Amino acid sequence: MTLEAHVPSGPLAEKWQNYLDRAKLVNPANKRKHDILVVGTGLAGGSAAATLAELGYNVKVFCIQDSPRRAHSIAAQGGINAAKNYPNDGDTVWRLFYDTIKGGDYRAREANVHRLAAVSNHIIDQCVAQGVPFAREYGGLLDNRSFGGAQVSRTFYARGQTGQQLLLGAYQALERQVRTGAVKMFPRREMLELVVMDGQARGIVVRNLVTGELERHAGDAVLLCTGGYGNVYFLSTNAKNSNVTAAWRCHRKGAFFANPCYTQIHPTCIPVSGQYQSKLTLMSESLRNDGRVWVPRKAGDARPPGNIPQDERDYFLERRYPGFGNLVPRDVASRAAKVVCDDGFGVGATRQAVYLDFEDAIGRLGESGVRERYGNLFEMYERITGENPYRVPMRIYPAVHYTMGGLWVDYRLMSTIPGLFVLGEANFSDHGANRLGASALMQGLADGYFVISSTLGDYIASGGGSGKVDISEAAFDEAVRTAEDRIQCLLHVDGGKTVTEFHRELGQIMWDYVGMSRNRKGLQHAIDTIADLRAEYWENVSVPGRKDTLNKNLEFAGRVADFLELGELMARDALHRDESCGAHFREEYQTEEGEALRRDEEYTYVAAWEFTGDAASPAMHKETLSFEAVDLSTRSYK
Amino acid sequence: MTIHLKVWRQSGPDAKGELVGYTLENLNEDMSFLEALDVLNEELIKKGEDPVEFDNDCREGICGSCGLMVGGIAHGPMKATAVCQLHMRHYKDGDTIVVEPFRATAFPIIKDLVVDRSAFDRIIAAGGYVSVDTGGAPDANSLPIPKEDVDEAFDFATCIGCGACVASCPNASASLFTGAKVAHLAHLPQGQVERKERVVRMVDQMETEGFGDCSNHGECEAVCPKQISIAAIAKMRREYLRALFG
Repeated sequence: MTLEAHVPSGPLAEKWQNYLDRAKLVNPANKRKHDILVVGTGLAGGSAAATLAELGYNVKVFCIQDSPRRAHSIAAQGGINAAKNYPNDGDTVWRLFYDTIKGGDYRAREANVHRLAAVSNHIIDQCVAQGVPFAREYGGLLDNRSFGGAQVSRTFYARGQTGQQLLLGAYQALERQVRTGAVKMFPRREMLELVVMDGQARGIVVRNLVTGELERHAGDAVLLCTGGYGNVYFLSTNAKNSNVTAAWRCHRKGAFFANPCYTQIHPTCIPVSGQYQSKLTLMSESLRNDGRVWVPRKAGDARPPGNIPQDERDYFLERRYPGFGNLVPRDVASRAAKVVCDDGFGVGATRQAVYLDFEDAIGRLGESGVRERYGNLFEMYERITGENPYRVPMRIYPAVHYTMGGLWVDYRLMSTIPGLFVLGEANFSDHGANRLGASALMQGLADGYFVISSTLGDYIASGGGSGKVDISEAAFDEAVRTAEDRIQCLLHVDGGKTVTEFHRELGQIMWDYVGMSRNRKGLQHAIDTIADLRAEYWENVSVPGRKDTLNKNLEFAGRVADFLELGELMARDALHRDESCGAHFREEYQTEEGEALRRDEEYTYVAAWEFTGDAASPAMHKETLSFEAVDLSTRSYK
Repeated sequence: MTIHLKVWRQSGPDAKGELVGYTLENLNEDMSFLEALDVLNEELIKKGEDPVEFDNDCREGICGSCGLMVGGIAHGPMKATAVCQLHMRHYKDGDTIVVEPFRATAFPIIKDLVVDRSAFDRIIAAGGYVSVDTGGAPDANSLPIPKEDVDEAFDFATCIGCGACVASCPNASASLFTGAKVAHLAHLPQGQVERKERVVRMVDQMETEGFGDCSNHGECEAVCPKQISIAAIAKMRREYLRALFG
């Protein structure tokens, strides 16, 4: 099977307009005849559902939380990029596109990234019109700050709670449509199966998490907006309920999974403090605007940070990357921190941390100036660690944060299953091998507010999802049976290990061998041990309780079962990619200075994996990436 | 450290509930309170018993999923702290902690510590938005907004919808929640055309859901993890009166 990306013709900057000019339209009176199923209510799902309902479609929306307002987009802190050039510092759509494609280490599809940059300005307009309280200057105009991987200030922000404010904007737009009746909201539902009929996505099976009932919903298209899979590592900055199940179930039904090994390890997280740890907390990248990262020059120096004189500190990012300093992209900053810790320079009790120091910023801006910019982040840090970051430097260490990989989609955001669209973090499309800061919010809202409204219409108007399907048809029966069987199996194993114990074990394998730095031997080891762990899971997991009631442990049991399959695919993908690029760092492929060494001639492609059965190895399909507008250069942030 | 818990167990909406005692040994003071509940649940699962159900998700104090009465206080004893960010270092070895769900007529119990807060969504659906369809918005900088106004709006917009205000109010009023959204939007120039209709519809919905009236106890403000001021309630009342008589 060849992967057809359906990139429109014309010069790069005109492709999206060309698409819009030619996309087929659905008559307003006909839109209400179409049922659209939207799974997930983060920035992508919430904005898509609201927008499609405004256009007149009948939209059914599903989320696993008790309210659509709680999707994990809410936790995004730092900001959202747009090429407004309000600060007059030379930003353009082209520059945002270029920074994003370069930041992704030339492993993203050019046309998608350009579209993202092109619609970015509309997002800011839309959100301001909704009443999102972005930070402003005293003159009343919008304020910007800078973020990693860029030399302009293009990041809009709402204190350290940008994701919350953007999500509440989308949520409110969604609730407005609930009131009109165009959206029917189904909270506390988890999608367990996709229903494919005549080769098209025509429905889903969800579990009502309160009653345990398996419910059937038919539609003319399915939008999967279910976020990323970082929780495969057990410890990540993702919310506890974030999972891969909906995407993985679609993968098993024929949707290809692209670049699963591209996972972002965020440099500024609060370090692990003990075995009981249930999740990790991010400190926004925006802190690197004013914080300086350092370790002692002497390995094992146990003096308190304040007692270490300036000339005995190694500001290693500023030293290695004078051009970007503390604002190098996330993958570069994370690896640099790992290197100094691996070499014994780490700080704190575990030695797995580096300092993020605000002493200079407090000297420059005063404590109140720093509080104004980062107050809530400093509070959060103190609450978790018991230390006051205005007095002692923060200790930070990289943690799993975002997954660039996801279900393969074409330019229209459609997966390899017609009628199954994938938006936001759940797809693979825009960030290549590494995502720049403040670009996830941009992508989620670009997909939901501005892309899907046209591409879904084009699909429907071209005859996709035509004819009504009934939930009593055999395909639905079969999907329910599959979901039911899995639940029964999980409840009947009655083994000796908890779901969390298995999940922690899987996470440790992933972190050790499929984490920040990977090698052939380790990846092969990971593939073998994950397979063994998966086999053990189905013989030895313990899931007490019943299926016909709220049973979160049962929910988690299903999700971990899917993570145990995904983890192996991630390792396979990382093993096959004999190069380093972005967040995928293969130790065999590095420059003399220890930077990622790409192998463009062999690996300038998207690896899209096809599920071929439980007993068979997955099949890899390539989408070759061709670059018309940019030259592939070695990223340099020096 | 050793901690004794008394946890509300209730198998379903109509079942009779009770406080059940558990003792947790070897807890670490750097643990969060929810991580201590994780420890309890692991022990229960190991014994083949049903774990304690409690809503939680981001564990960073922003999603609003978690919400428990801890020692009789919504989200526990620490000010401006959601229960997911409460750490065991604030307790002493040997302490006994009572853990109950958020109780209110409008928040029916689903199971154990999990309640149904969907009434909040319906209050927002009644009018907690600016009616602007996607597309066609003017340039974001075409509408300057004084920094003080947007900062004040922001303070109200930080509500996480956890329901602590309701759980702590003797009247189980949702006035702080509703007032926060009314005040957020009333402080901004966007959406002024629907300002009156918004407050009336939201207040009406709040009453329909079975929340009580506000009688100025101020408990809501005291427990709010985002420290939203009861000035929101005053603002809501002024907006309501303005809508009816203004």
